[in-house]
Amino acid sequence: MQEGLGAWQLVVSGDPGLYGIVGLSLAISLSAVALAALVGLPLGGLLALTRFPGRGAVIVLANALMGLPPVVVGLVVYLLLSRSGPLGSFGLLFTPTAMVIAQAILITPIIAALTRQTVEDLWLEYRDEMNAMGVSPLGRLATLLYDARVSLITTLLAGFGRAAAEVGAVMIVGGNIDGFTRTMTTAIALETSKGDLPLAMGLGFVLVSIVLAVNASAWGLRLFAQKRIG
Amino acid sequence: MRAPVSDLPLVFSKACVNLGATPLLRDIDLVIAPGAPSLVIGPNGAGKSTLLRLAMGLLAPTSGTVTWGGSRDPAPRRRAILFQRPVMLRRSAQGNVAYALLQAGCARADVVGRAHHLLERVGLAALAHRPARHLSGGEQQRLALARALARDPEILLLDEPTANLDPAATRAVEAIIGEAAASGIKILMTSHDLGQVRRLAGEVHFLVAGRLRESASAAAFFDHPQSPLAQAFLRGDIVAEA
Repeated sequence: MQEGLGAWQLVVSGDPGLYGIVGLSLAISLSAVALAALVGLPLGGLLALTRFPGRGAVIVLANALMGLPPVVVGLVVYLLLSRSGPLGSFGLLFTPTAMVIAQAILITPIIAALTRQTVEDLWLEYRDEMNAMGVSPLGRLATLLYDARVSLITTLLAGFGRAAAEVGAVMIVGGNIDGFTRTMTTAIALETSKGDLPLAMGLGFVLVSIVLAVNASAWGLRLFAQKRIG
Repeated sequence: MRAPVSDLPLVFSKACVNLGATPLLRDIDLVIAPGAPSLVIGPNGAGKSTLLRLAMGLLAPTSGTVTWGGSRDPAPRRRAILFQRPVMLRRSAQGNVAYALLQAGCARADVVGRAHHLLERVGLAALAHRPARHLSGGEQQRLALARALARDPEILLLDEPTANLDPAATRAVEAIIGEAAASGIKILMTSHDLGQVRRLAGEVHFLVAGRLRESASAAAFFDHPQSPLAQAFLRGDIVAEA
């Protein structure tokens, strides 16, 4: 009870330590979503529209990678970015950039796999019309991604939710350095083990609120789109 | 805009289409040349839609050939098709027409003006900004016609364009088709509404079980059908022949 009250005070008083952590978490996860979208949307669209040997295996792999354990991603990125690793010379380990990379790798398969499904369904519907209009392969990809925009935004939000909530990858590649690479999830893990329950609970409260807000906006967007786009 | 190529005449020679082991069209010999509308009629499952898909180049013949203006290249140049159930892009009515215009090679600067003109031509100018998927069935059909006309076609393929419409919507669609035909666009259309065939047809092609049974001017077909099958069909009997 005492801790709950403390947590609430931290949240409503606008505690700079707490909101610094929240801001960094959001910046990292949003950047990761942007990066993953840049790769995952076209990749998913291409997978939907192309036929090549081994396509089934690639789709199964992408679907399986949706459940990729964050700690494994963290470990792999750690090995790549560590001083002795192949990308060690960039000195990215324990920086926010490394955290963005790890989260982007984590959610790219999610975005690619869900995009593949969405675009393939829409393609079945549009195929005859687009063939009759002589739309080029690249034009098809662009049209389908655009016309599936509402579903794809929901896909991106799913990716954001996954990124914002994971702790394993950012913990390993970020190092949970106070004021530099400490995110909501890593802070909650640390403060809980230290016994600073008010801060942990306050952050937990903010994290859940953000996830709720994200889902509420996804829902609102869907309603709006149904009215506007049909 | 594009090289002055022609999609006419549309010539089928000994064209067959099989779906697996099932023949859908058999030995179709047909020449579609400029002139009054050509109507393809016949019972359900006769292969009318397959014939139109073949004419559009969406389907390759299993054997035999289809040529457009002498070319066997199936890329659509001056032809357009209206499907039985047209798919509305998830955009506004105007957005749908603009998309078709851009795909047909219309310059970006001209798109809005031409889209407006086409929407006026099908009586949808007032609904330009309405989401296409919120339009009624008849309005969607007219929008699909505007989209097809956006290709500036020489030949327009229409698959049962009024099959699911009420009389008022049917009349509106038939009026647009009539105007298109009067403007010199060749119409190749399927229908199983004999009243509509009488209203629109210049010539009639009678298809049963994948075979062309009779081709004649509309007047000749209705007054003196040659084959017993066509006579039965015009009487309203159930026509089915393997």
